Amino acid sequence: MHRRHWLGLAAIAPMVALESRIARIGVALPSNAAESTAWVNARIVTAAGPVIERGVLIVQGRSILAVGSSDQVQVPAGVKTIDVAGKWIVPGLVCTHSHVGGVGAADGSAPIQPGVRILDSINVKESGFKRALAGGLTTLNIMPGSGHLISGQTVYCKLRYAGRGPSTIDDILIRDADGQPLGGLKMANGTNSQGDAPFPGTRGKSAFLVREQYIKAREYHAKVVAAKGDADKLPPRDLHLESLVEAMQGKRIVHHHTHRHDDIITVLRLSQEFGFRVVLHHVSEGWKVAKEIAAAKVPCSVIVIDSPGGKLEARDMTFKNGRVLDEAGVRVAFHTDDWITDSRVFNRSAALAVRAGMNRDRAIEALTIAGAEMLGLEHRIGSLAPAKDADFAILSGDLFSVYTRVLETWVEGQKAFDLSDPDDALYAEGGQGAGFELNPYLCCFGQSWQSGGAK
Amino acid sequence: MRMQTNRTNRKKWCVLAALSLAFTCVDAQWLIAETVVVKGKHIHTVSGKSIENGVIVCVDGKIVSIGEAAGVAIPEGAKVLEAEVVVPGLIDVRSSVGLSGILNVDHDSDHLEASAPLQPELRAIDAYNAREELVEYVRGFGVTTVHTGHAPGELISGQTLIAKTHGGTVEEALLIDGRAVCATIAESSQKSGKQSPGTRGKQMSMLRSLLVEAVEYRTKLAKAAEKAQTKTTGDAEPSDEKNESKPADAAEIARNLKLEALVAVLDGKKALLITADRAQDIASALRLGEEFGIRIWLDSAAEAHQLLPQIKKAGVPVLLHPTMARASGERENITFRSAALLKEEGIPFAIESGFEAYVPKVRVVLFEAAVAAAHGLSKESALESITLAPAKILGISDRVGSIEVGKDADLALYDGDPLEYTTHCVGVVIDGKLFAGESR
Repeated sequence: MHRRHWLGLAAIAPMVALESRIARIGVALPSNAAESTAWVNARIVTAAGPVIERGVLIVQGRSILAVGSSDQVQVPAGVKTIDVAGKWIVPGLVCTHSHVGGVGAADGSAPIQPGVRILDSINVKESGFKRALAGGLTTLNIMPGSGHLISGQTVYCKLRYAGRGPSTIDDILIRDADGQPLGGLKMANGTNSQGDAPFPGTRGKSAFLVREQYIKAREYHAKVVAAKGDADKLPPRDLHLESLVEAMQGKRIVHHHTHRHDDIITVLRLSQEFGFRVVLHHVSEGWKVAKEIAAAKVPCSVIVIDSPGGKLEARDMTFKNGRVLDEAGVRVAFHTDDWITDSRVFNRSAALAVRAGMNRDRAIEALTIAGAEMLGLEHRIGSLAPAKDADFAILSGDLFSVYTRVLETWVEGQKAFDLSDPDDALYAEGGQGAGFELNPYLCCFGQSWQSGGAK
Repeated sequence: MRMQTNRTNRKKWCVLAALSLAFTCVDAQWLIAETVVVKGKHIHTVSGKSIENGVIVCVDGKIVSIGEAAGVAIPEGAKVLEAEVVVPGLIDVRSSVGLSGILNVDHDSDHLEASAPLQPELRAIDAYNAREELVEYVRGFGVTTVHTGHAPGELISGQTLIAKTHGGTVEEALLIDGRAVCATIAESSQKSGKQSPGTRGKQMSMLRSLLVEAVEYRTKLAKAAEKAQTKTTGDAEPSDEKNESKPADAAEIARNLKLEALVAVLDGKKALLITADRAQDIASALRLGEEFGIRIWLDSAAEAHQLLPQIKKAGVPVLLHPTMARASGERENITFRSAALLKEEGIPFAIESGFEAYVPKVRVVLFEAAVAAAHGLSKESALESITLAPAKILGISDRVGSIEVGKDADLALYDGDPLEYTTHCVGVVIDGKLFAGESR
């Protein structure tokens, strides 16, 4: 933390930082104080340093101008000031694994479909987005399901629902400097992605099919490189292989569904063979192989479910998973897997990990900056620091208390959720019109979702 | 101290005598082993005032005295537990735990028999696995009693039972067998293609037809019983057939287990638990109850908030959906405020874990009540909704649901506010026996 260094210069130093950022993000920032807002007297959880007891957060345009204690940060004259004494301000929560938007990518025709994009399937009007905002979430990694070895490309979204909200998926994409939408690649192993042919029937076959495709992609890429841009020598474009090449180049992070300890190790093995950057998702038995995961320096996005089981490979799921992984030195985030758990109580996942002994600061990071790192977006989101996106939530109290309510959620300097607005409160509380009429498409449960398990 | 039974009374005084006067009772050692004392900084009795720095004395599985530490004698040699907060053992008003197993595979899934839409004859006692891991799991959070059984998903899926969350067999765990018959009025209990029921109208028609059949069966049984009674007493009108009759005419009516289960419903011995989420299905459930004069328990009831006055007027209690149930499908209009709204309307309700087809394979009512408490329900009402309220609905409040002298020694111990996310259940007492709290 370098807060103390620049804070002495009031708002001047951060402005320099902002200027350097303009080119990168391509957003014009207002430079005048009248367009800034300061929240004062809050308990601020920055996720980038110690909690600030009486803090000030100044936002200018889409970005954070300054954050610090009231002793250190002076609110410039003319800046609109909001007293939020007794409230908490936390970074907008980052969910590394969500299925909101009524999504579907790969279909039932094949187990490996890396060229299919989830962004072509998302309904931005689905109420799940509003419920996510009601939980203080501001960034989602929207993923296809786990019923395939490779079910397609994921997409990173910002919940830009202020005002009239988004019209199309384009309005909520997170883009790179070249304007390309950012996202990862969803993979899965274990039982969900097994099935009747052409799906694999065993773990050995699952790994083989994946290796075969990555080797093909490697050869494909070698041809592309060898062609040196000569159109006559280039192989025919293959969207599926291109996607795998992007994964091997580190341009596309692999988000890998995996539960059982041996499946987790298989992911590490494949990741090492093909050099793809990977985040382990769910990791129900991560606590059994925490040392191995730590040694591989692979982060884990953990799911927290109220009880173990539901399937064989999740029977040893436990609230202590986050603690054990963290203590072993593994970077830990949590995720909602919404619809599996409800985004409105995302804080609960971390709170239950705290219940099982996880360090509170690390649990806070696991809802914010750690998730941002797992999406490769830590330079833009996940903590409250100057020049970062002004994504934050104002809470009525302790992030880990059941009684705490999300009062407001701000995305890039815009208020996207306000509990005092009845239209927003509907999604926070539920009620007529708040839900979604379709049952979620998950992976492999079809009609049994409600009547489930009938013989 | 008010004593519940002579037996308990005698044994307790025996213990006290053994301790204070060194008088040797034959089974004194055994009795001492059965004496458990729970000290709590805050004891929520639920039925009465909370007690600060209180003591609960349990002998032979029953609560024998409660009071402030200063006023209650602690028997020497008793096992003493201490906790920050003590509440009555929690009661899950509707679950499928013990029938729907942790692995969710054929081997451990006995909650739903899909071979026919109407099977009220299926007993939970024949399916409940007392050693199911998830029973132990929910006990670790303080759940000591479960009303569990056949799941929603068929028009009539079978019966329920009430069990304590201990015991190696269903017989050891059992409190009441056959408490309710479970019906589901929903899309999830409809069939596709040319099978029935395929529509809501057909569902109601099938339910009504079967109940009508049960009414007629009951009439036949009653007539036969009357006839048998007449013969036994021998003072009825003369009949030529009298001497040719068999001793019990009732036996001449072939037993029909399906209809027997519904006769029990008609007689008020069993409730008809109806799972319904859509307002129109809730209305159908109430209509059915009124037509046949039967006791309905409304289950799940995601859209109860649309029909509060109607539900109140019908005098029907609600076994309320888990607060965190998913807002999709027939529950798309569910609200976190359901419990608060029912409370405000004065409708009796209890929060259930319900049934989950996938995950969480079992929900924990403590967690569901906690989230209700964050959405308009008072903490006290939240605790009541998983203790005394379900006990009253289920008809077991003489045994469980509150910390009162004479009731079963079922207690849940916590190291803080039981509803708070970061609090732990540090121990559980069922019928005076100690069990571990949640594993960490």
